[in-house]
Amino acid sequence: MKVSYFPGCTLKTKAKQLDKYTRKSAEVLDITLEEIENWQCCGGVFTTARDEIATKLSSVRALSEAAKKDQILVSVCSACHNVIKQTNNAMQTDDEFNFRVNQYIDEEYNGEAKVMHFLELLRDEVGFDKVAEKVKKSLEGKKVAAYYGCLLLRPSSVMQMDDPENPTIIEDLISALGGEPVIYPYRNECCGGYIALENPESAKARSNKVTDSAAKSGAEIIVTACPLCKYNLEKNGSEIPVVYFTELLAEALGVKEEN
Amino acid sequence: MNNSTENLQKEIIRSSGVNPKKCMRCGKCSATCPAYDEMEYHPHQFVYMVENGDIQPLLESKSLFQCLTCFACIERCPRGVEPAKLVEAVRLAVIRKQGANHLKADDIPALLDEDMPQQAIVSALRKYSK
Repeated sequence: MKVSYFPGCTLKTKAKQLDKYTRKSAEVLDITLEEIENWQCCGGVFTTARDEIATKLSSVRALSEAAKKDQILVSVCSACHNVIKQTNNAMQTDDEFNFRVNQYIDEEYNGEAKVMHFLELLRDEVGFDKVAEKVKKSLEGKKVAAYYGCLLLRPSSVMQMDDPENPTIIEDLISALGGEPVIYPYRNECCGGYIALENPESAKARSNKVTDSAAKSGAEIIVTACPLCKYNLEKNGSEIPVVYFTELLAEALGVKEEN
Repeated sequence: MNNSTENLQKEIIRSSGVNPKKCMRCGKCSATCPAYDEMEYHPHQFVYMVENGDIQPLLESKSLFQCLTCFACIERCPRGVEPAKLVEAVRLAVIRKQGANHLKADDIPALLDEDMPQQAIVSALRKYSK
């Protein structure tokens, strides 16, 4: 299967591991990630205002490239996926926004691309059962807490990845890899996000609630898809390690390089 | 409400796409807001203050820069009011003015540490500056 891939700014810099293990895992699962040419940063957060046009053009250009190739547009960073999917939804549902965006781009685009997070690609296109068949080194006995944060799930009317309050997609992947998913109360609450820049104390309070909740529930490790979540949880003293879900995936598939 | 306040109210409602009249004052948005403690005006107050044209205090409030864009209030509002979209529209009404950026590029190096991901910087700039 060949898909268009939007890595995003942080996957080329501070979150190279998220990118690396996504690519390695994809190879094992017969997915070809064709990186979008000349992609530009998504901006990190979706601006909900309907009259914000320029800030959404980089997403529209990536979407348009994928649509031209008739490929699914896949991201693995929670933020990129959220921004791109919400932008695509606005192109489909808001005529005024669509009209104004189309004044700025070379070829008309009307939301034709299909947008998926790498997790959804594994669940819906590859199938977690097929992923399980490729496991070489089971995560058996490992208690793993999935941290969804905000951006994978909300707003659910647009994201449509999973039940926004009781998600299972990451837990189902953990189970497919042989691990033991740990359900804990704060798995879909905010880590503080970009407030870390101006008000680190606020990010600390948010993040500690998440990591304390996971640790108290017996987790040995937390997995996330978001570089900023990982930063906030780690920076604020998580008792247990925080890794990208793709790192556990690559480990289970037997393609994780030992450092 | 004077003329300029009325125009600003219309602009905020148009840009956000929110209809504050749908609010039934249950307070669930503020109850679920992770930035509640940091805010002077809370999400439910944004809704009724915009509805009543009481916008000036919001324009001057630090609450505008405490919203985390976590979409919790948007997701959990039983009436689909989507308060965060109003917070965003009021914030834009402030930072779109010349020289009113909340975060300036020159301020950023002093706020960084070596582990901070680029995502934090681009997100903050998008929310705090034009």
